[in-house]
This record gives sequence, C-alpha cells and structure tokens, in this order.
Amino acid sequence: MTTELAGGQVVIEILYLIASVLFILSLKWMSSPTTARHGIWAGEIGMVLAIGGTLLHHGMSYRLIGIALVLGTIIGVPLGEVAMTAVPQRTALSHAFGALCVTLVGSAEFYLRAPDISRFMMAVLSLEVILGGLTVTGSLMAAGKLQEILPQRPLTYKGQNLVNFVLLAGALAIAVTLVLHPEARSLFPFMILIALTFGVLLIIPIGGADMPTVISLLNGYAGLSAAAMGFVLDSKLLIIAGALDGSSGLILSIIMSKAMNRSFANVLFGAFGQVQAASAAGGEARPVRSATPEEAAAILSAANRVIVVPGYGMAVAQAQHKVRELYDALSKRGVDVRFAIHPVAGRMPGHMNVLLAEADIPYDRLIEMDEINSDFPQTDVALVIGANDVTNPAARSDASSPIYGMPILDVDKAHTVMVIKRSMNPGFAGIDNPLYYLDNTLMLFGDAKAFVGSIVRELTGGHG
Amino acid sequence: MNSSSNLINALFIFVLAGFIGFEVIRRVSPLLHTPLMSLTNALDAIAVVGAIFLVGEHKSTLSTVFGFVAVVAATSNIVGGFLITDRMLKMFKSSRPAAKPAAKSVAK
Repeated sequence: MTTELAGGQVVIEILYLIASVLFILSLKWMSSPTTARHGIWAGEIGMVLAIGGTLLHHGMSYRLIGIALVLGTIIGVPLGEVAMTAVPQRTALSHAFGALCVTLVGSAEFYLRAPDISRFMMAVLSLEVILGGLTVTGSLMAAGKLQEILPQRPLTYKGQNLVNFVLLAGALAIAVTLVLHPEARSLFPFMILIALTFGVLLIIPIGGADMPTVISLLNGYAGLSAAAMGFVLDSKLLIIAGALDGSSGLILSIIMSKAMNRSFANVLFGAFGQVQAASAAGGEARPVRSATPEEAAAILSAANRVIVVPGYGMAVAQAQHKVRELYDALSKRGVDVRFAIHPVAGRMPGHMNVLLAEADIPYDRLIEMDEINSDFPQTDVALVIGANDVTNPAARSDASSPIYGMPILDVDKAHTVMVIKRSMNPGFAGIDNPLYYLDNTLMLFGDAKAFVGSIVRELTGGHG
Repeated sequence: MNSSSNLINALFIFVLAGFIGFEVIRRVSPLLHTPLMSLTNALDAIAVVGAIFLVGEHKSTLSTVFGFVAVVAATSNIVGGFLITDRMLKMFKSSRPAAKPAAKSVAK
C-alpha cells in the first residue's frame, strides 16, 4: 500500500471504517433482548458496505466472485433455517466454515508470496493456518458428535496429552523453520496436515457435557485466526472483526469453564473429559421415592412458587413445548413459575434460553444461576427436567466428588424437589447424584415430554 | 511499503479492538449467548473480503481455487449466521407488553 491513497482507495477505507463501527454497535446492542435485533441490522449493513467496498477495487473479475457468492448463499440459507434443537451443531459447523475460509486464504497467500515474505509475516501466517486448520477439523468433529454421527462418548487413551503435545510442537517447529527459511515451501503442507490432525485428536476426548466450553473455545480460535489473517492482508477491518469474535469466544469459554469449575488453562490445553473417568456409581441400590403424574400435578397445583430447572435431557426429549403448556397451566392457577438456567446447561452457551424462547416462554422468566440460587429456600417445588450434574449437591459438600467445587443450582434447598428422569441409570458422566436420595426429593420416572404432558393433562382436567 | 509501521498500526488496532470486544461482550446478557455466538460468527465471516481479492485478482490457479472455496464458505456463514440470529432473536419475548419498556425493567 502506498502512503498516498488514491481517491477510490479512500472511499473504500472509509466504507471499511463505517463497517467496523457498525460491527461494534452490533455487538453492543446484543446486551439486551430489546435492542438485539438492531444489532443484526447494524451487522448486516456493515457487511454489505464492506463487501461492496471490496468489490469497488480496480481490476477485479466479477464472474467467479458472483458464482461463489451465489453458491455460498445457496448453502447458507438452509444453514440459517435449521431447527432450534440443531443450533449447537450448526454453530460448530459454521466455526468450521469460517476457519476453512481463513486457512485457505492463508495458504493461498503463502504460495503467492513465499519465499519473499518477512519473518513477522510468516510467523503470523503460520499462526493463522495452524489455528485455522485445527479449528476446521475440531469443529467438524464437534458438529459430528453433536449431530450424533460420531460417538458422543469421550475417547481417551494412554499418553493422549503427550501425543497432542508432540503434534503441536511439530507444527510449531515447522512454523519456526518456515520463518527462518521461507524458501522451504514443501514443508508448508505438512504444517497444515498436522494442524488438521491435531484438531481431530483435540476433540476425541471431549464428552457432551464439555461441549459448551469447547464450542466457545473453537469460536475464539476461529476469531483469532481471522485476526491473524487481518495482519497478513493488512486489513484493519478484518483485524477488528477477528478481535471481536476472538474476545467473544474467549469470554464465553472463561464463563463456561468457571461454571464447570475448571481453570481456563485447563480448558486451553484441552484437558477436557478427564472428570468422566472418575467415580463410577456407588453400586448399591439406595431407596428413592417416586411419584405418578397425578401426584406431581397435585403437588404443583398446591404450590405458590415453582422453579423449573431444564437441562440437555429436555432438549433431547424435545419437551420444551410441553414445558410451556405446563408453564401456562400453572400460571393460570396463579402459581409463580420461573426457570433456573445454569450457564452450562445444554450443549452450548445459552442453549436452554433459546429452546425455551422458541417455546414462547417469556425471557423475563428465565433467570440466571447467580440470581435465582438464593430463592430456592423459599420455593415450594423445584422441578428438574433432564438436568443432572448442575443440580448435584455433592459439588458443594463432597470433596471426593469429581465435580466438587462446580457451582450448582441449589435445588435441594427447595421444599420439594421433583426430578424427571428416565431411570436411575447414572448416564455418561457416571457421577452419582445424592439429590435423588434426599427425603424431599420425588423421582418422576419417564420420558420428559410424555411425563410433562401427563402432568399438564391432569392440571387442565383431561384435555391437554 | 513501510512494513514495521504497518505492523505497529495493526497491533494497535488489534489490541484496542480486543479491548472493546471484551468490554462490550462482557455486558451481553447470558440469555443471548447463543445468538451472540451466531452473530459473531457471521461478522467474523468478513474474512470473505480477503477471499474475494484472491478470486478477483486471479494471480494463480491455486489461489483462485482456494479463494473460490473460501468465498463460498464465508458467504454461507454470513447468510446462515444472520438468518438464524434473526430467527432466534424474534423468539425472545417479554411477558410485559412490548409497547412500553417500563422504567423499572431490570437494568443490567
């Protein structure tokens, strides 16, 4: 870029500046549901300005660009119209697409420039393609697990961390070599290959419960690789967008890792899924109390305050619409019904909020953990639907529990706890939940959707 | 081309943008974390501009092919990302009448 910008160039740069401002406003307006939709418009206008500005550059051949834009739109529309329950895998897939774009552009730039490339540029470019590459395959793996194409069970083997570490060190060693000797172009594909392999291995040991953290982390990686691409292309707009996306992903990963009581370093270095192996279920069958839909309906309708605690099980059973009917039926009887949302409930940050909003439950009824936890002692009934670890009191009291120290929803402090669960099978995590054996706990055995449906039928007098 | 001053400029922009991002996103309600992620995903796909250059300038076959695939991938993120974010946000409704945002509504 010359120091004297041509007139057309100035216009383009100003368009990019406006786009950057709109992007920041777009995120700022996401702070509240009342302004959030302005945020989308700001983002869209910014995007149109930026792409329009780019097309203004001289000497572009538009035919191929046009075809690519149309093709992208054809793929993008169905990805924008997936069911809300499929949002976690869609999000993972879009991280993969974003990172794919960055990795391809980085690779193309390498072959256009090398060996005539400054050391700093080569270092940033390596960072771009390594982060991008591992995000591509890592996100595809995550999407596959979420879509249940791949086994969801965490797969661990001996020396896993060592293998991952050696791979990463190998990729970095190639990067250093390329920085010092950019003429060694034949090494470049190996760097990409290692990054892609590393991405796969990074996600293999991840179980479903860790997905919120992992998706956030991949989001952060995708953003950082895009920012690195901005350095390579000397594009301020891209640096800004990448920095925004990167910080968003990192903030969400920090929130998620805190909500699971993991250190951020622990998350960054991929030591997920290790909790799972510990502490199998106790074995001996302790007595639990169970109740029928009729009894549950009677208790709920006698209550003044009810807090519903949804978890991934609600999403799996597609029970959110029945839950809304329950909310309506109870509200009609004057029962105060609220929903307690644990930050890591579900498979991605905010997952439960989206599902419940889709079922038309007003968002001011969805309360965060920190805000609602002090209300449980004054609550008549806590109804747990498909949530497990996030309600496990062992996290507070049992130092030997693998989830000890994790912040939980204090449902056990409610006068009555009702837990809808398929069976006493402890499930993937294999962590026993003492909540189920408490005196004030009633187990409601059955499919979440069917059970909530039967309660609603009881409450509405047979036609529900 | 004065690459070292370009680099310093770029670093300034990166650090300041990261700081703004951190402050802005810290204030996003946890209620909206899912749409936040799909929105940042769409915004991040601004990487499409780099890919458009590769296709438009047609410097080599490899760069054009890579650029082409990159434009397709990024565009699908832009279109899909904005679409789904909008769909999600439309679903979030308050139980209070939407007409008057009451003064006592929770300030966060």
